[in-house]
Amino acid sequence: MNIAFREIQAKQGYWLTMLVFGALAGMGVLSALYMEHHGHIVTGMTNQIVWGLPHVFAVFLIVAASGALNVASIATVFGKTLYKPLNRLSALMALTFLAGGLMALVLDLGRADRLIVAMTEYNFKSIFAWNVILYNGFFVIVIAYLWTMMDRKGAPWYKVVGTFAFIWRLILTTGTGSIFGFLVAREAYDAALLAPMFIIFSFNYGLAMFMLILMGLYKGDNRPLGDKLVNRLRSLLGTFVAASLYFTLVYHLTNLYFTKHQGLEAFLLLEGGIHTQMFWIGQVLIGYVVPMAILFNPATNGRGWTVLAATAAVLGGLAQMWVTIIGGQAYPMDIFPGYAVTSSFYDGVVNAYRPALVEILLGIGGVATAILLTVGASKVLRFMPERLDDETLAALHGKH
Amino acid sequence: MIPHEKLPVEDSNPAGKPDAAARRDFLKAGAVVAGATLAPGVLFYGVAHSRPAEEPASAAVRWGMLIDTQKCGDGCKSCVTACNEENGLSGKTGPQDSQWIRKVDIRNLQTGAHHELPMLCQHCENPPCVDVCPTGASMKRADGIVLVDRHVCIGCRYCMMACPYKARSLVHEPLTEQKPDVPRGMGCVEACTFCVQRVDRDETPACVEACSRDGHNAMLFGNLNDADAPIAKVLKSMASTEVRADLNLNTGVRYQGI
Repeated sequence: MNIAFREIQAKQGYWLTMLVFGALAGMGVLSALYMEHHGHIVTGMTNQIVWGLPHVFAVFLIVAASGALNVASIATVFGKTLYKPLNRLSALMALTFLAGGLMALVLDLGRADRLIVAMTEYNFKSIFAWNVILYNGFFVIVIAYLWTMMDRKGAPWYKVVGTFAFIWRLILTTGTGSIFGFLVAREAYDAALLAPMFIIFSFNYGLAMFMLILMGLYKGDNRPLGDKLVNRLRSLLGTFVAASLYFTLVYHLTNLYFTKHQGLEAFLLLEGGIHTQMFWIGQVLIGYVVPMAILFNPATNGRGWTVLAATAAVLGGLAQMWVTIIGGQAYPMDIFPGYAVTSSFYDGVVNAYRPALVEILLGIGGVATAILLTVGASKVLRFMPERLDDETLAALHGKH
Repeated sequence: MIPHEKLPVEDSNPAGKPDAAARRDFLKAGAVVAGATLAPGVLFYGVAHSRPAEEPASAAVRWGMLIDTQKCGDGCKSCVTACNEENGLSGKTGPQDSQWIRKVDIRNLQTGAHHELPMLCQHCENPPCVDVCPTGASMKRADGIVLVDRHVCIGCRYCMMACPYKARSLVHEPLTEQKPDVPRGMGCVEACTFCVQRVDRDETPACVEACSRDGHNAMLFGNLNDADAPIAKVLKSMASTEVRADLNLNTGVRYQGI
């Protein structure tokens, strides 16, 4: 028995979704045009906080994109047949979330009009340049991967391309984490641990987004989605959230051990105001404690709880990106260790940052674009199995 | 062109002066005209003789700067003002304004020792900004001056994240009244260029000139590779410090007294 894939139906809910996310995506583009015209003076970003909220959203989406591909990889590379019906949606989301993330990223460039320069001039020592190649390559490989899933002619290549895509996504997230990990100048970033930590984060954020989209699309299109599959995804997400917490713990414990990083840790964990709140309330409480409490508790097994857990994981992920990106820059760079420093260029002080509306809209525009493309593509092509109820899955793959 | 018969010789002799006097007037006038025509060229050749424009910067030279914090004047900001004027910066110090050079106050947390010093691009031999730049816009010239190619910079600000000295600024707003030989542009990153336009004319950077003019002489600029250059001699005989020497970047700017 083969699983039947079918496009989602263009009912009222579909058009409403497209309208809402289309409007949000449009606002993001308009914000970018406004920034392009007036310069970054209209943002909250400064010469001290050089990467702001658009980067928080962009890096989150890029990391989530590679993580979204995991579901397909589990089916293709690790042979878990239960996940195979989900591999098309998984690969689709890898593409659409990367597109949304890159949109927020490149529209925040000082010279977004020079994107072609970024595509044609490469400094191969730059991790950014590697990432340009990794992102472009990812698009090509995942499109090929989808072809092996959706076209009979591509089927013989399914395992090979899928394995290659899995390896490529690991390298891609290593590259994203390394953007921060290889900055010797800043105390929050000079750790190679950031690369594997970002991979674990990607498992977490990608799966959380995948579950939200999956449950949303099945509910919106009135298709059956059985508990067997959702419970599997719940356990998996719980494991990824716990792993994220573990890496966060190791990262901060390492910093706490090194005397030279204790100032940074005191800032992030105790005295950093909004950044400290983002860490404890956002990343740890909402991002780790809440999802684990729900996902590992059989009493909170309902669909509403699952949505809440996945949403909390996503919000925690955004908070983590805030702490990593904004918090890491807010802490003053130690140019003269052992000295108190002051200057007209804000040396030695905690750098203030308040995101402007245009940044918020651009960031949300990136998320909206990812969702818009996912839902739109599901309408046009057959990404989603018609039924994912327990009986269908049992008939397909036996008892899992 | 003036026709031959209308040369000043004829016209300037209405009172019927003797021919010899008229000839002297003519020669004088001719000399003035010739002088005015040729002088700028000669002068330009004079200033530019060390390296013609078509000749690339040479790796035999490494430009560097030595800053004596003991001589740096209390509260004096001549270097900052001179830099702003030379490079067409507004001089504003808001969080979104460009600052290519800034005065930094440092106080030792243990001893309370206080120093003042100008902080600028350190023109590293191994600049992190050049390493991270995706397009190669951040670059180091053969003579050690670290620059941003304004045509290739996409404004990603990765270099600003990577610079250990906070030496770089993003141009946050449209610019007007720019200096012709100091290209800048909204959305691009910029930093101290060692006043490359002046260095290429065999002059010293504007900050160094202003520091000497005000009698502090705290800044010394020159070729680190030239053993006879004053900067090389001082560096050889006196202790000097690289800021964040732990990063092993081999900075072109060195400090004394800290």
